[in-house]
Amino acid sequence: MNGVLDYLFDAASWTDEGGLLEQLVQQLLLTVTALVVAMAVSLPLALYLGRIGRFGFLAINVSNIGRAVPTFALLALLARFSWPGSAEFGPYGRAGLATLVALVLFALPPLITQSYVAMREVAPEAKEAARGMGMTGSQQFWRVELPLGLPLVMSGVRLALVQVWATATIAALVGGPGLGNVIRLGFANTDRRSEGIAGALLVAAIALLLEGAMALAQRAADPVPQTRSRARKQGLSPVPPTVGAAAESDG
Amino acid sequence: MSTREPKCYSKDVNAWFCLDYVRDRSDEITEATTTHVQITVAAVLLGLLIAFPLALLARRYPRLESTVLGVSTGLYTVPSLALLPLLVPLTGLTKTTVVIGLGLYCLTILVRAFLDGLRSVPDEVRESATGLGYGRAKLLLKIELPLALPVIMAGLRVATVSTVALTTIGTVVSEGGLGFLIAEGKSTQFNAELMTGAVLCVVLALVLDLLLVLAQRLLTPWARQGVRA
Repeated sequence: MNGVLDYLFDAASWTDEGGLLEQLVQQLLLTVTALVVAMAVSLPLALYLGRIGRFGFLAINVSNIGRAVPTFALLALLARFSWPGSAEFGPYGRAGLATLVALVLFALPPLITQSYVAMREVAPEAKEAARGMGMTGSQQFWRVELPLGLPLVMSGVRLALVQVWATATIAALVGGPGLGNVIRLGFANTDRRSEGIAGALLVAAIALLLEGAMALAQRAADPVPQTRSRARKQGLSPVPPTVGAAAESDG
Repeated sequence: MSTREPKCYSKDVNAWFCLDYVRDRSDEITEATTTHVQITVAAVLLGLLIAFPLALLARRYPRLESTVLGVSTGLYTVPSLALLPLLVPLTGLTKTTVVIGLGLYCLTILVRAFLDGLRSVPDEVRESATGLGYGRAKLLLKIELPLALPVIMAGLRVATVSTVALTTIGTVVSEGGLGFLIAEGKSTQFNAELMTGAVLCVVLALVLDLLLVLAQRLLTPWARQGVRA
């Protein structure tokens, strides 16, 4: 364990070529880019589909399909294909594009499912009241449905973020960028085992940090304070029980 | 001398889909698949064994519930590539390490499934059973668990499918089942090996899911009759 701490608290292990800092920046950059791209693609579509209540079967089941595809296999395949391939991609590093594509793909299912469900779960009375007040369609969406659905949308973003961070770590196993390299190299050489464990600790700590920050953001996004106590009673979780319930009601 | 057709997995062809590869290397593929199934099944069973008492505990003492759910959910946040190496100092580069790690991941889904399942049993049923003289243990085993089965099985399916996919990460501690084919195929640029490993993973997930659906049908004959009637 001493070796682990020595490595973590040694400035050189951070600033060296291919050191912790470089890998950390690459992985954060990958995570943020992939999440933003995935949100830009999926949120408008899923929110729209949720509002009109179509293609529910697809929106719900995309998460189940995503679960069966091993991230590791998809990363390996994408990096092997001539496109996106394993070429250097700007600040994202080796196999950066392949990793980005894989990360976006893995961020999509939770975002789509949760935002779809979020729109379906808005109380019909609230929508009717909004219409009764003379709101137009877009006013209803921006002022009533989106704010009420925001906590669920945020839970999708939170799930996606944690998943993307975890997947970005795996990218290193197939020649990609990120902190996974520290783990992989550490475990490939017996005398560098402590570096691998240090990298694992760092990855886990940042994952918990991201999760915590998103939990706070999710709470802040809740427009109706009473629902907070309900949420707490059910135990906030990245596996929201609402998905199953919505799947049943959507048939 | 007749010129022999190069096999589709030879370096020159390096096809993605190649039946010759599957035939010629069937030993290796079978072994990887067997390991994969062993790890997955053991991990899910371990998850069930831990999740059940945890769920009972959380149900009995509502104060513990948020702690139990918080911890089991928090575990899921830790990336698999980080969790498995962190277990190595305890259990070494063995299958046990992968099984423990993946078993812990199952808890997120299974603890909640047990809790939700037990909660889905109507109070009237519970009361009638108590009225008929069922003790606590008998009530749980004969009444509550069977009625909770559909919800528990739904959770078990999710846990199993995720575990099949996650097992591939076991390569980081040298035990990944089909993940080994994927890793080796990638590092040696062997397309057929990589693709075979990936496809088998997805197929395995689907097969295990199907088996669980069948098991559920067999275990809950009353639900099936209900649908038909």
